[in-house]
Amino acid sequence: MTANLQVHEQCSSPMLPAVVHIRDRRSEAPGVFTLAVEPPSAGWTFRPGQFNMLYVFGVGEAAISLSGDPADRGTIIHTIRNVGSVTGALDRLRVGDALGVRGPFGSSWPLDEARGHDVVMVAGGIGLPPLRPVIYHLLRHRSDFGRIVLLYGARTPADVLYGDELDQWRQRADFQIQVTVDHGSPSWRGPVGLVTELFPRCGFEPSRTVGLMCGPEVMMRFTIREFLKRRVTEDRLFLSLERNMQCAVGFCGHCQFGPNFVCMDGPVFRYDRIRSFFNVREA
Amino acid sequence: MTTSHQADTRILPKARLDDLIQFLLQDGFEVIGPQIEQQAIVYGPVQSAKELPVGWTDRQAPGSYRLEKRQDNAYFGYAVGPHSWKKYLFPPTLRLWQARRIDGRFEVCDAMPDPPRRALLGVRACELHALAVQDKVFLDRAGQFTDPHYAKARERLFLIAVECETPSGTCFCASMGTGPTVERAKPHGMQGEENPVGADLSSASVRQSLPLIPEPSPPGPVFFDLVLTELDEEFVVRPGSVAGQSMLDRLELTTASPEQGEEAQRRVEAAAQKMGRTLDVTDIRNLLHRNQEHPRWDEVAGRCLACTNCTLVCPTCFCSCVEDATDLNLQTAERVRRWDSCFTPEFARVHGGNFRPSIRGRYRQWLTHKFASWFDQFDVSGCVGCGRCITWCPVGIDVTEEITAIRATDGQREEKKP
Amino acid sequence: MTDLALLGAFASHAFLEALSEQHRMRLASGVNPFRAAPGEYLAREGEPAQAFYLIQSGHVGIGTHLGKGGTAPIQTLGPGDVVGWSWLLPPYQWQFDARAIDSVQGLVFDAAWLRDQCEQDHELGYHLLKQLLTVVSGRLAACRIQQLDIYK
Repeated sequence: MTANLQVHEQCSSPMLPAVVHIRDRRSEAPGVFTLAVEPPSAGWTFRPGQFNMLYVFGVGEAAISLSGDPADRGTIIHTIRNVGSVTGALDRLRVGDALGVRGPFGSSWPLDEARGHDVVMVAGGIGLPPLRPVIYHLLRHRSDFGRIVLLYGARTPADVLYGDELDQWRQRADFQIQVTVDHGSPSWRGPVGLVTELFPRCGFEPSRTVGLMCGPEVMMRFTIREFLKRRVTEDRLFLSLERNMQCAVGFCGHCQFGPNFVCMDGPVFRYDRIRSFFNVREA
Repeated sequence: MTTSHQADTRILPKARLDDLIQFLLQDGFEVIGPQIEQQAIVYGPVQSAKELPVGWTDRQAPGSYRLEKRQDNAYFGYAVGPHSWKKYLFPPTLRLWQARRIDGRFEVCDAMPDPPRRALLGVRACELHALAVQDKVFLDRAGQFTDPHYAKARERLFLIAVECETPSGTCFCASMGTGPTVERAKPHGMQGEENPVGADLSSASVRQSLPLIPEPSPPGPVFFDLVLTELDEEFVVRPGSVAGQSMLDRLELTTASPEQGEEAQRRVEAAAQKMGRTLDVTDIRNLLHRNQEHPRWDEVAGRCLACTNCTLVCPTCFCSCVEDATDLNLQTAERVRRWDSCFTPEFARVHGGNFRPSIRGRYRQWLTHKFASWFDQFDVSGCVGCGRCITWCPVGIDVTEEITAIRATDGQREEKKP
Repeated sequence: MTDLALLGAFASHAFLEALSEQHRMRLASGVNPFRAAPGEYLAREGEPAQAFYLIQSGHVGIGTHLGKGGTAPIQTLGPGDVVGWSWLLPPYQWQFDARAIDSVQGLVFDAAWLRDQCEQDHELGYHLLKQLLTVVSGRLAACRIQQLDIYK
């Protein structure tokens, strides 16, 4: 009615979830499980680092990273930790149950920029699932990249995710994997300590390295220092941030971090672009 | 006022304001206008011009709002009240969708109420700018997302602006470049700014890592269908759209005399001199970004009650939360969106903690978002200078005073130096 | 790796990189290669701390005995790391166990000799201590973060 205002053609609401079914479910570790769900549409794809909003009937939505192989168009994989009402309800779903999906949302890991570089991934706790799609991509296009390193810190040996896959990847000569735990057990043969202490034990060439980090912010802050100590430059460091994401499309405002909407501008950020806010408390 | 304006400028005698309302009602519009409720001028449906707050004005100061009788019978002789028009486009509560269980699965259906065609009567220049700001939030966001309810409600609006002649004690639209005149607004938040935002950062640490952003575009453009300026016995009316022009034709109004046009202009220009507050917005985005650790944040946090009033009265604040509910037999569920505020302790809470547990952090988030991050996000200031947050703050916190205090001690940090 | 190769790699060990050529030469005169089989102790809690180890390959677990709980691993050290600072401070007794997890190779200094070098040449002692403090500070920071249980 009002002249001049160009409103787009009637669009469907970005808030409407698509209903899909669970095809498979497996336990990964205490309180952590993986759901394989059918894609909401043919040709549905995502980029490593992105996330979906998963809805449980009547309970609510939670932002969950995509943790499957981006080349697998047939199934969507989410590894989820049961920490609240929605993830708890997701934990109670079984094969064949329905759930709502919106997505994929957000930015992704810089796989194109990383081509020709050494790629060092540093994951902590539930920060490994958002990096797993990167691992699949790197291994599928192995010759496009230099050395590949995964440093992974978990709370205890029982909390180590994807143990079978890690063992499988360790067999490869072209993939350096180090897993450390905060609290060892007498039967744990691997390293005990903070993930940053694994740096001296892996080989990469800092001048041509891209660092990808996902985990608690304090872990990432200490990891950034390790990278910088080795003179990997800030524009080659990428981190995935966690915030309270509710709408995933920049409307609700909850996930703001400095001038960024983590749901749209993130969750993956290049460190030099957010540094002045990353180091401000409560930004 | 230019001559081209003058050609379209008509006269609407006050006695005929009701004709405009009646035409709009006949056309099927819900007409929303100012009216007095609980001793404040608020916005709600009106059936006739008689319901408007004739002869009333508002006296506003930090933490204070009072209605007073005017000496005349002005229809729009006040500034702005606690309501803003955003409630008609971005409703305080909105059902987004419903879901129904069917044989072990469920289906989701769009259940947003269809917004009516609405004519908003009495929209101030600052409020037109606020609308333009929210357009940037909800329409074609990042080239990807549009809030369909907002879009539908927005395209069904008929906007009748009324230029402000009675700024309140908390108004500062003249500083923000968003009023009081409609159309002749100066660039928004850029007055006196010599350097493009992002190009001149005095703090080295900020300079290294703040992305450079292009110079923010001027405010708006603002859209309206008609703009009225109130004189003693009549309104001077200008059209802002084809729809507005045809309404003027239907009303068969006479052309304004040059004297009437000049009088209208004189009154609004005089209003610009009566702003209760001023704010120096020079380089304001960088000023706030580089003063994240300024001791003033602690000081203001000691006064702020985190009551959320400022965000609720703000015409540009857009944060919301959702609530999920089911019926008692768990067969239907719905998702409802509600206004939220960055001042609530829950706002930035996630599993295992809260990203903004302190009032200091939350106040700083709100103010720096409004006056700094908004430029990064939407290429425009989030503040339009309407003064509502100052008036309706129960402890009278004044954003202009806070920013002025930070500017006066730019670069001060709270930690001790050796 | 031959003993010669172990010694050859001496200068490139991360711990010594920051020392001057002169100080490195001085230390080189007292260094010996060492090897430890999996399970072998490099240090035992409460026993005299007579050695300072630079690890070049393999892994060493720092731990403490819990009595009924067996040995609790506290931290794992690997190539480029050093084992022990108890040798530097009286009463020169190991505070924790250090045990080879796999086959470990590296270099070892006799603690008394090293203390003596530091006493004779305070400049060497100062730089060595600074290097050791860097290690201690890194381990303390890591321990503090571990203590926070950030993945919980």
